[in-house]
Amino acid sequence: MNRRDSIRSLLLGSMAGGLALESCVTENETSIEKKIWEYQYGRTPEEKAYDEKLLGQQFFENSEIEKIKRLANQILPPNEKGNIEEAKVPEFIEFMAKDFPSIQTRMRGGLMWLDNYTNKTYGKDFINCSGDEQYQVLDQIAFPDPKETEQKQEVQFFSLIRNLVMTGYFTSEAGIKELGYKGNQPNVWDGVPVDVLKDHGMSYDKSWMPKFVDQSKRNDLAQWDEEGNLIS
Amino acid sequence: MQIIENEKEYDVVIVGSGAGGGMATKILADAGLKVAVVEAGPFFDPAEPKQQTQLKWPYQSPRRGAGTTRAFGEFDMAYGGWEINGEPYNQIGDTQFDWFRSRMLGGRTNHWGRISLRFGPRDFKGKDRDGLGENWPIGYEDIKPYYDKVDKLIGVFGSKENMYNEPDGYFLPAPKPRLHELYYKKGAEKSGVKVMPSRLSILTKRINNERGICFYCNQCSRSCSVYGDFSAGSCLIFPAQKSGGQVDLYVNSMVREVEVNEEGKATGVLYINKEDRKEYRVTGKVVVLAASACSTARILLNSKSTKHPNGLGNSSNLVGKYLHDSTGSDRMAFVPELMNRKLYNEDGVGGMHLYSPWWLDNKKLDFPRGYHIEVWGGLGMPSYGTGFNPNDLNKHLGLKVGGYGNQLREDVKKFYGSVMGMSGRGESIARKDNYCEIDPTTVDEFGVPVLRFNYSWSDNERKQARHMHETFEEIIENMGGIVLGDKPGADKDYGLLNPGRIIHEVGTTRMGSDPKKSVVNEFEQLHDVKNVFIVDAGPFVSQADKNPTWTIMALSWRTSEFIIQELKKQNI
Repeated sequence: MNRRDSIRSLLLGSMAGGLALESCVTENETSIEKKIWEYQYGRTPEEKAYDEKLLGQQFFENSEIEKIKRLANQILPPNEKGNIEEAKVPEFIEFMAKDFPSIQTRMRGGLMWLDNYTNKTYGKDFINCSGDEQYQVLDQIAFPDPKETEQKQEVQFFSLIRNLVMTGYFTSEAGIKELGYKGNQPNVWDGVPVDVLKDHGMSYDKSWMPKFVDQSKRNDLAQWDEEGNLIS
Repeated sequence: MQIIENEKEYDVVIVGSGAGGGMATKILADAGLKVAVVEAGPFFDPAEPKQQTQLKWPYQSPRRGAGTTRAFGEFDMAYGGWEINGEPYNQIGDTQFDWFRSRMLGGRTNHWGRISLRFGPRDFKGKDRDGLGENWPIGYEDIKPYYDKVDKLIGVFGSKENMYNEPDGYFLPAPKPRLHELYYKKGAEKSGVKVMPSRLSILTKRINNERGICFYCNQCSRSCSVYGDFSAGSCLIFPAQKSGGQVDLYVNSMVREVEVNEEGKATGVLYINKEDRKEYRVTGKVVVLAASACSTARILLNSKSTKHPNGLGNSSNLVGKYLHDSTGSDRMAFVPELMNRKLYNEDGVGGMHLYSPWWLDNKKLDFPRGYHIEVWGGLGMPSYGTGFNPNDLNKHLGLKVGGYGNQLREDVKKFYGSVMGMSGRGESIARKDNYCEIDPTTVDEFGVPVLRFNYSWSDNERKQARHMHETFEEIIENMGGIVLGDKPGADKDYGLLNPGRIIHEVGTTRMGSDPKKSVVNEFEQLHDVKNVFIVDAGPFVSQADKNPTWTIMALSWRTSEFIIQELKKQNI
């Protein structure tokens, strides 16, 4: 069963009650899918206006964006699972700089520091350095010293951009797939898979088992006796 | 500016549409009364696709779920937060009270954790045990029938445990625990900490033909589009309307004050319509306030008249006093055995599948009252922040931290699902000197004077927080985990979060039988004005180590039945 099919069967099984609320008990499969999967932000008008405003502005200059792209590809080089461009990481970083203005100076200053450093060391801007030269710079700034309580500006800058790149990638469609997250879809939870329990030396207590949902009876209307024992 | 009159006279005008206001709407409208619900925020229906955030992916947003626009992340279903543009509040001295408000139909019920715990017999009589605070004028036996009715109407999963102070109810069956929760269980039970299935108002089984059943997406905080979890709109207000109730909703309507006649009896409320910024009047025989503990106090204090020069219902000078929130402190753990996990869909319901109720006897402890422990972790959906400090945990493994390149991909995958956390949520002691009051120096954008807060924790709460961290550390060690972060010391109040942070603020209009020592009676009726009732958490005498929502609703139901009787008898 593919994902859409499994959603369809689950929706028809468990969500029919909810759909009756639409005053249309016979809502068909297509409209259920549409309702669930239609691209929607779910924002208030104020939030939408704010996002549109930010999306309409540009903070980073084109040369800065080129540098961000270069760094992003060094932090997370493309592979068969996905890449920075596909994950829209540069666009995400541009947006976050406007959404969190407190990072603007640190980002801009850090990007400028790279040129200051390479101009002094190699006599050229970071972007014009060879790959080897660029990696030599990164080696200076990519490893915070765990013993230090305060990290140097350039180390902090690299940690900041690394965080933005990593989170930008792992919240993208490709990144989520690569991470292996399986949820965000209708399903029926019936506990940790048996092989996983076994690997971890765990099991469900026998005394707890009667407390758990019998998923084959989830659609039966709940009924209790006078003592509050579930009898359906 | 001229006040715009509404010709319709209602039986009851309800201010606020959250747990308390929603329940009052349902019970009063079902009894055939004409009800007006006045809500400060917009209309909201979890089933409305335009408002839905459930099942959205982080990449459907340019900020990937970050919390710039909403405090708990932009997909969280609370319109508002700790700060709201145009609606400030102030602090007295070095107070740091954080006030969370959600402006929308259903209020905070749209995003809350659905933890639905009954107060137990001891919780109503704290003073009898340790001499601190005050007893409630009612006991568990008074409210039990209403808890039972709330269970059956709304649905709550859980398990019968036969614990004296954790009363059982009419439970739907519980979901099986997740993997990290089994680790917690192992660690906690080794320390003698009781662990049991959690009790959340989420439908693991069909409860009626109007609501859908949980499909395990973990997103109750986004409000369920099939009404598989409780929210006041989906479970109370809409059903009241659907069954033919006479319910008029006034949304985007900010109530400024309760109006009274020459005898000092309430005649209705004045509100500001946020869309046209004009003042409106809506009248009714009874006014029910359910705007949240602090907002209700604010409305009462702003309702000054010749008969009530001190604010409405405030002859005792206690409106706003005895404000208290649950105590709270959190800790995280890294569990090496949970590295490189086999992956599967572990979303489950929106919240923990098991937890620990308070398990100790205070006679052997240096602080009063208790706390429960909530557990979090698992293979959750990535959101803004996922991948931050991708290999910081390497320092616990003697490996290098930082770097760049494809190794980072592997680090993120290696540690995915290996960090979990615990949160203690406990009972604080209500004190008269913790309060909110009107700040005459500031108004909000609607011209209404705002609140200012005065609040401090005492050693009772600090020692409780210290005990939480001692417990967390022991449990983490027992389960083979590594405690993250340093144990917070005295300089940090032992990790005690700011008051307000747990969003269980209660007590501002506390109930009692003595009008000099309380604001409302046991039926949540103002001592001073017989036709004004308060059904939010303001009347709580003490906030137990439970979450307040189930008690708000049980009390609101009880009060609503009292209102119906009193109207029949023409007493109000």
